[in-house]
Amino acid sequence: MAWLVFILLAVLTIGGALGVVLTRNVVHAALALLVSLVAVAGVYLVLFAEFLALVQVLIYGGAIIIVLLFAIMLTRGSEYPRISDNKQWPLAAIASLAFLGVLVPSFLINSVEGTEAQNASFSGIGESLFTTWAVPFEIASLVLLVALIGAIIIARSDDDEAQSDDREEGN
Amino acid sequence: MIDLVWFQLLSAALFVIGLYGVMARRSAVLIIMSIELMLNAVNINLIAAASHMEGIGRFSNFDGQLIAIFIITVAAAEVGLALAIILRMFRNRSTVNVDEINLMKW
Repeated sequence: MAWLVFILLAVLTIGGALGVVLTRNVVHAALALLVSLVAVAGVYLVLFAEFLALVQVLIYGGAIIIVLLFAIMLTRGSEYPRISDNKQWPLAAIASLAFLGVLVPSFLINSVEGTEAQNASFSGIGESLFTTWAVPFEIASLVLLVALIGAIIIARSDDDEAQSDDREEGN
Repeated sequence: MIDLVWFQLLSAALFVIGLYGVMARRSAVLIIMSIELMLNAVNINLIAAASHMEGIGRFSNFDGQLIAIFIITVAAAEVGLALAIILRMFRNRSTVNVDEINLMKW
């Protein structure tokens, strides 16, 4: 049963990922990414990581896909219905396959004898987050704050800047 | 029970697909999507190792999951910032194709 679910989720994950890198339509690519990310949340459930599955669906399935769709909507050019790849795509395919050829044998040769997949309780995650990982947690909040302020400043249009300059001069 | 190595192979496949996307795509938005795929591959690897190696070595199951949560946090920040940069790029050059943004190319 677990195998059946895992194979189904793996097919959805890989299929969605292939859809992202192969489709000619940007909106279709975003929807294929959504399929892939939700399937990854299912993989987390197979691994008994319920909290991560929740976070994955909320942040990736909710926030990041919406932000990417906004990016697509706001930068719509004439080329969007049929986009083209780089000219060096065969080289990219060869390089990626070569990297896969390194990764797969290294995983197979250095395989570790693990235990069965085990559950991680919500309370344990919270306790670990606010004791062992308290400093990285604070740094992560700072990173988010700085990144979002930077995003607002970069994306602000020139008209807004001119307006705020006028206001400052008026004072 | 599913062995750890199958999750590792899944994550390797996902990472390689994302790598191909980063190298082959022209649109900056699609490159961001491919980077998200690579980050997800890393997360699968971390969480699979965390839940299969509980009690082996000095790291606990929670450590792997929390590193994955930090990766998700940084990915969210990265997407927000990348959207801002892409918007600015589109406003200045009317394109999001990375091979046409060649002002600094020698």
